[in-house]
Amino acid sequence: MKKRYTLLWLIPLILAISLIPIITHSVIYRETVFLILMYITLAVSLNIILGYTGYVSFGHVVFFGIGGYTSFYLMHKFGIHLIFAMIMGGVVSAIIALIVGEAVLKLRGAFFAIATIGINEAIKSLVTNLSWLGGATGMFFNFKIYKTYGGAAKAIWFAYCLMVIVTIVSLVTSYFIKNSKFGYGLFAIREDEDAAIVLGVNAKRFKSIAYAISAFFPGLVGAIFFFKAGNIEPEDAFHLVKSIEMIFMVMLGGFGTISGPPIGAILYERLKGILLVNPLFKNLHMAITGLILLIIILFAPGGIVGTLRNRFKKIRSLLE
Amino acid sequence: MILELQSVTKKFGGLVAVDNVSFKVKKQEIFGIIGPNGAGKTTLFNVISGVYYPDGGKIFFNNKEITNTECYRRTRLGIASTHQIVKPLNELTVLENIMVGACFGKKSATLKQSVSIAEEIVDVVGLTEKKEVLAGKLNVPEKKRLELARALASEPDIILLDEVLAGLNPAEADEMLKVIQKIRESGITILMIEHLMHAIMKLSDRIIVLDYGAKIAEGTPEEIANDPKVIEAYLGDPDLALKLIKSKENSL
Ligand SMILES: Nc1ncnc2c1ncn2[C@@H]1O[C@H](COP(=O)(O)OP(=O)(O)OP(=O)(O)O)[C@@H](O)[C@H]1O
Ligand SMILES: [Mg+2]
Repeated sequence: MKKRYTLLWLIPLILAISLIPIITHSVIYRETVFLILMYITLAVSLNIILGYTGYVSFGHVVFFGIGGYTSFYLMHKFGIHLIFAMIMGGVVSAIIALIVGEAVLKLRGAFFAIATIGINEAIKSLVTNLSWLGGATGMFFNFKIYKTYGGAAKAIWFAYCLMVIVTIVSLVTSYFIKNSKFGYGLFAIREDEDAAIVLGVNAKRFKSIAYAISAFFPGLVGAIFFFKAGNIEPEDAFHLVKSIEMIFMVMLGGFGTISGPPIGAILYERLKGILLVNPLFKNLHMAITGLILLIIILFAPGGIVGTLRNRFKKIRSLLE
Repeated sequence: MILELQSVTKKFGGLVAVDNVSFKVKKQEIFGIIGPNGAGKTTLFNVISGVYYPDGGKIFFNNKEITNTECYRRTRLGIASTHQIVKPLNELTVLENIMVGACFGKKSATLKQSVSIAEEIVDVVGLTEKKEVLAGKLNVPEKKRLELARALASEPDIILLDEVLAGLNPAEADEMLKVIQKIRESGITILMIEHLMHAIMKLSDRIIVLDYGAKIAEGTPEEIANDPKVIEAYLGDPDLALKLIKSKENSL
């Protein structure tokens, strides 16, 4: 087996970035890095279904929302600790992915993508109409909730640390899938599903599992994000723009690779930061993102990592 | 009997692509399937491999009924196939393509085992120099060999070869013939569809002929070459009829 070193620089890099706010004790840095970590995890998990398996889950934000709502409700109503609520959020997201996957994973190409948008919109309007989930205005935490964590300030640092852990776990998961038999089954499905089946891949099962894993992590992220925010509402939880951002990060960094989605996520966060503070581009940031996406798909479909791997064969074991 | 079909029928809408076909294949046999274009040969393979379920009839593999067994399970039971229209996993390397075959086939190798299996098989099919190349970058004859390699990697009991010689030049075809013979010697039963008459006549132990989905003849290569019904079926395809007659002359 070839030696694979990608995680050897990627994990230290992410840990180093994560340490900046902790060392400087800067709330501003913390907010920035939190966003970066959140984007990394979202991109890495989308990559498992989009990049590894070849299914464009366009409405992937739905799992962020489901995880967010599940955990928020558990914390809000029953005072369940964030860690358990978060795990429940991930599990419920994964279970819902298994259930809807039964139906939508039969669809291929554009039909699948459209169906996933439909799922997001359907769940969003469902939640909007459920009064016990707060309807359109959503739910707000009682400040008491943060007491368990030693007050609001500490609670947010706690959420931050949890986010670091979730990000690392998502990366390691992505790495192990990529270098496993299961991963090869997924790549075969991505390249030619019919051929994969004839080669003996249980495509239906593999797609379901991949979809569930790729739903699990956004569920965790949603839990942490809305815990930190202190409120949750359908417009935030099921915002389709976040889906587009996720696809953008995966494509920018390089779909189907391990290091591509995190690189794409970091760059996107920076790009967004630059565009949003500039009054000239403030309202154009999605337009510019879209334009860049178009350019990537047309001229460098492998994204940054894919393109580098093609150019420089020597660094392949470092840049997977 | 390793494989048995009983009155198998497959329809596409009103078109009967495979019409009430029955035959038995013995272990370690090379079993040829010929017939004019559109006769239903590939469809027959697809029904055996499980890509399609038959509309009627039964299929037995190693004396167990597999008529309704899912495609991927049949591969795991030991039925491997190649595609007439090649289906490489483009963005995976040659080696990785073969590894997929080893991982999910009858052998169900671990990823580690699959690497050494693939390393051996690239040699067998003569793709050693291309093993790190992306499958999408191969030319068609190479892709055909890759099809064969992937099927072999699963270590099947029976292998379905759909026109693996098509598009190869005479030297390459000769190489391939040797590979096929080697496969048989290793104990694998071979079902092959081939338009190259001299090849199929030379290799096969028995042959069936399909025409408009129906089996019109079955026998040894010699019996087939002398069967007037077969010549007649090929009249619609003068080119092939000529080759058939020529192969008969050669065999005399
Ligand atoms: N998926 C399909 N849907 C509809 N019709 C099909 C399908 N596959 C094959 N056919 C039709 O079934 C008939 C048999 O096709 P098949 O490909 O099995 O022939 P073949 O004997 O393999 O021909 P060839 O020698 O050209 O490969 C043809 O008329 C073909 O058009
Ligand atoms: Mg055919």
